[in-house]
Amino acid sequence: MIEGRELWLFIAALGIGTFGLRFVFLGLVGDRPMPAWLLRHLRYTAVALIPALVAPLTLWPAATGGAPDPARLIAAGVTLVIGFATRNVVLAIASGALTLFGGLALLG
Amino acid sequence: MSSQTTKSLYWQGVRDGAPFVLVVVPFSLLFGVVGTEAGLALSEVMGFSVLVIAGAAQFTAVQLLSDGAPALVALVSALAVNLRMAMYSASLTPYLGAAPLWQRAIAAYFMVDQSYTVSYFAYESHPRWSVPERMSYYFGVVTPICPLWYLFTLLGALIGDTIPEAFALDFALPITFLAMIGPMLRTPAHVAAALVSVAVALLAAGLPYNLGLLVAGLAGMMTGAQVEVMLERRKAARQP
Repeated sequence: MIEGRELWLFIAALGIGTFGLRFVFLGLVGDRPMPAWLLRHLRYTAVALIPALVAPLTLWPAATGGAPDPARLIAAGVTLVIGFATRNVVLAIASGALTLFGGLALLG
Repeated sequence: MSSQTTKSLYWQGVRDGAPFVLVVVPFSLLFGVVGTEAGLALSEVMGFSVLVIAGAAQFTAVQLLSDGAPALVALVSALAVNLRMAMYSASLTPYLGAAPLWQRAIAAYFMVDQSYTVSYFAYESHPRWSVPERMSYYFGVVTPICPLWYLFTLLGALIGDTIPEAFALDFALPITFLAMIGPMLRTPAHVAAALVSVAVALLAAGLPYNLGLLVAGLAGMMTGAQVEVMLERRKAARQP
């Protein structure tokens, strides 16, 4: 693990790079019109990236060393179904968390 | 537009952002704990949360660095996780692009999954809002989220490993993101995009440097756009 000045350089580089990614279109493109095909793809940014980010974490959780875990899988399913059925993010999180605690208590 | 409506939209943003406190608190707490356990000093943990302010990338960076990955690999991977920010930036531009540069710069700094998702949804639902109204709403959404991000990172770093493992804080991130997916599945195109992205993400999980995430994200976006075009054509064909 890097430390000291090297680590601060790393943190600064990650901070600047991340800001650059956030600023690139909003700051540099401004209110110039963008083509319809680009906007059509961008509509699906969140719904494409967040499931892609979460799927491996759900199926192969780091806490179990990557082995699928029944309690976590059931909690994930409950969260998704409640979120889809109620469109209420907080209710979905609460249901998922309760299911996870219940599942871990019952299944170990 | 009067300052009265921009002010009330700021508070509407605060109210719409407030539920995500339940997301941000465990997530930032967890980062503080994980960072401290990985051997980072308090100032370094806070450096991540203040300068980077992007949870998934921070976790990726700390995970890879503590595994002994080269700094460059850790940096590129964490930035890859954040590539979605560039896409958020692009999709907010039609709504906020006409605002003054300094406001856009501050908005860019505070662009996180929650501020993007909540604001974009509101802009789509209220196409008549003016640019200053949209900005007030955006900063309203950010208000309950980002200060707590710093505060609970600090708290997590201070309490370190005194949190019992039974709380399964590791699963705070998946639960949070899963809860956000349900409400996003508004049309068949959105459902198709999500299904393809999950399938590709799992198949491509072996790719190095988090490239699987990027490949899956692009595949999902292309699927969504294609399905949207197909459905529009079918609708147009049905109407004489």
